[in-house]
Amino acid sequence: MKNLSYVRTEMLPEQAPPVGETGIIKWMRENLFSGWMNSILTILGLVAVYFILLETLPWALDSTWNAGSLNECRENAPGACWAVINERFPQLVFGFYPNGTDGDPDQRWRIIVAFVLLLVAVAPVLFDKLPRKMILFSAIYPFFGYWLLWGGTIWGPLTAIAGFAIAYIVYRVLAPMAGNLVAVIASILTPIVWWLFLAGPIAGALGDVAPIGLMAIPSSKFGGLALSVIIGVAGIALSFPIGVLLALGRQSNLFIIKTLSVAYIEFIRGVPLITLLFVASVLLNYFLPPGTNFDIILRVVIMVTLFSAAYMAEVIRGGLAALPRGQYEAADALGLDYWKANRLIIMPQALKIAIPGIVGTFIGLFKDTTLVSIIGLMDPLALTNAIRADQDWNGIVWELYLFVALMFWVFTFFMSRYSMYLERKLQTGH
Amino acid sequence: MKNSVIFGTVAAAASLAAGLASAGTLDDVKAKGELACGVTTGLVGFAAPDANGNWEGFDVAVCRAVAAAVLGDANAVKFVPTTGKTRFTALASGEIDMLARNTTWTFSRDVDLKFTFVGVNYYDGQGFMVPKELGVSSAKELDGATVCIQTGTTTELNLADYFRSNGMSYEPVPIETNAEAQQQFLAGACDVFTTDASGLAATRATFENADDYMLLPEIISKEPLGPLVRHGDEQWGDIVRWTLNALITAEELGITSANLEEMAAGTNNPEINRLLGTEGDLGGMFGLDKEWAKRAIAVGGNYGEIFEKNIGENTAIGLARGLNAQWKQGGLIYSPPFR
Repeated sequence: MKNLSYVRTEMLPEQAPPVGETGIIKWMRENLFSGWMNSILTILGLVAVYFILLETLPWALDSTWNAGSLNECRENAPGACWAVINERFPQLVFGFYPNGTDGDPDQRWRIIVAFVLLLVAVAPVLFDKLPRKMILFSAIYPFFGYWLLWGGTIWGPLTAIAGFAIAYIVYRVLAPMAGNLVAVIASILTPIVWWLFLAGPIAGALGDVAPIGLMAIPSSKFGGLALSVIIGVAGIALSFPIGVLLALGRQSNLFIIKTLSVAYIEFIRGVPLITLLFVASVLLNYFLPPGTNFDIILRVVIMVTLFSAAYMAEVIRGGLAALPRGQYEAADALGLDYWKANRLIIMPQALKIAIPGIVGTFIGLFKDTTLVSIIGLMDPLALTNAIRADQDWNGIVWELYLFVALMFWVFTFFMSRYSMYLERKLQTGH
Repeated sequence: MKNSVIFGTVAAAASLAAGLASAGTLDDVKAKGELACGVTTGLVGFAAPDANGNWEGFDVAVCRAVAAAVLGDANAVKFVPTTGKTRFTALASGEIDMLARNTTWTFSRDVDLKFTFVGVNYYDGQGFMVPKELGVSSAKELDGATVCIQTGTTTELNLADYFRSNGMSYEPVPIETNAEAQQQFLAGACDVFTTDASGLAATRATFENADDYMLLPEIISKEPLGPLVRHGDEQWGDIVRWTLNALITAEELGITSANLEEMAAGTNNPEINRLLGTEGDLGGMFGLDKEWAKRAIAVGGNYGEIFEKNIGENTAIGLARGLNAQWKQGGLIYSPPFR
């Protein structure tokens, strides 16, 4: 009786969990067949996927990549005619940028370099672990990228940058002597005078002395995905700061600023983007003096920016409105002035709340760039029409649209993944 | 392709700007060193960029001929793709120097929009395409048919007129683009597809089983397509008009790209000599040199050669000359004499 024990003295060996509770089976039970309703839906879904693939896969796979025309394609394979993508890929990406066939040397490397440098310039903005010095490159990239893409003399962008340097110097010199307000006004006026009256002749003179430059490419040569990215990136980069200012303006206590912001936002949101693009392409031609050649891409970028800035402002205002009143009061209690409070306390939190909306607006803007086909710019969608107008490829529809869709999907997918990454990183709740 | 609603709004503004922007187009073009020519964003056989971005086509050939005549270089052309909605403002505002974009010559465009149609380079007309299995042989048998029709064009109005005047009814299937029309028609969403006959032929040529489809013999509208310029600069209008006429006359007189040099050395036919500049100085009358027409013809040959190369019977589109034959062959292509 002494050693009698009702308690087990040694551990039972571990056993594998039941088959139904592990691995793929468990996952399927939980996710696909949890209950009879979901099981039916799963089976219906699988059947639908099966039939869709049954129709599309043979078409997509039993295809040809090498042919000179749609008829050749049809002789080679009954399915898709990817040969059109094979032949027109450079055009869909680079548009009409000189490719070395019309006597001029191949210039397409400039688009590639500009794009790679764009990634470099954007990186420090997107990822805060990178060295902060890189932001300097981001600051000059707009000028450098413009020069790379449009070419011409390098002195144009350099004198444009010089305007900002002048503004900085003027501010630094005047601020101690004449006070803050005078310095700010002077530092706004001097670069404008510089850009309007001095930059052009000086750039011209420097260009005569040291003719450094790239072959100038007119805007009519831009097209394809490159054009969409240029308009999209420029629109995104410009509309964000304008949107922030408009959102603050709408919240402002100053009557005129508030009224102007509200009027602007409501006006732009009441007008379709196509209308603004028509204004850019058609009406501006009448308003401007005859002979003025106001670059069409620039006009479109301005209109796209103005348009999406209004939406951006409302998205950011949503973030501002979601911020508890206490945060504003805390900023006031700390004795921060308006700009400091916004920069250090309000905006970081408001923008974080608004990230999904902001990125949604960006993605919408990027996809809206395809509307420029309506005013005759050769974006990828307009190019599908132009390619179809070639006798060799007339009659091809799905292959081209699928490819354009894929190109846009790649860009928008990365934007949305980044926004999810950012949301996770800035997550401070529990 | 044809009429658009934006018309009226544009018209008023166009008339204002036309007078301002148009003085001295020839000098402008020479100063720029290139001709800004409005074309379509892509229409089979008439204008399309190839894989290297070079524009080719029947309308493009007119642009190139004018550039060669004026600037001496057929490649000194800046092709400005225009849509049906932007083409007229682009021309009226001076963004382009001429428009060669299969545009129908109509009263209101000529008079109200203040453009000068310098001639006709293609006589088109609206036709019908049906599947053979529908079993009709005439448009008069189409009562009750579903018709694929591009919205917002004169095609739509012509169709309505035709069916009404023949006491028939139809059910329209509105579509936006030609590509969409092809898909809808092939999928059987409509019995009939109607648009310009040249467009129908080009569309039919792309079908996998083109023989299962046929064009009906009826042509229900007149669509004279031609290049146009702004009102107010007669000299420039004359240059474009007579460049087109030079191509047409060259065919009539048997001047081709093959025998051009031979002919230009001097012939017994005084009209050939006047045209190619070996006799007289016709070019000097509108500010060009003697050999302007010779250069224009050298680009792509005469009118007939351009037609054959881009849209003729040996191309995929396979259009017969029909109305677009020389007047001596029973067509309408006719140039006033070079004298």
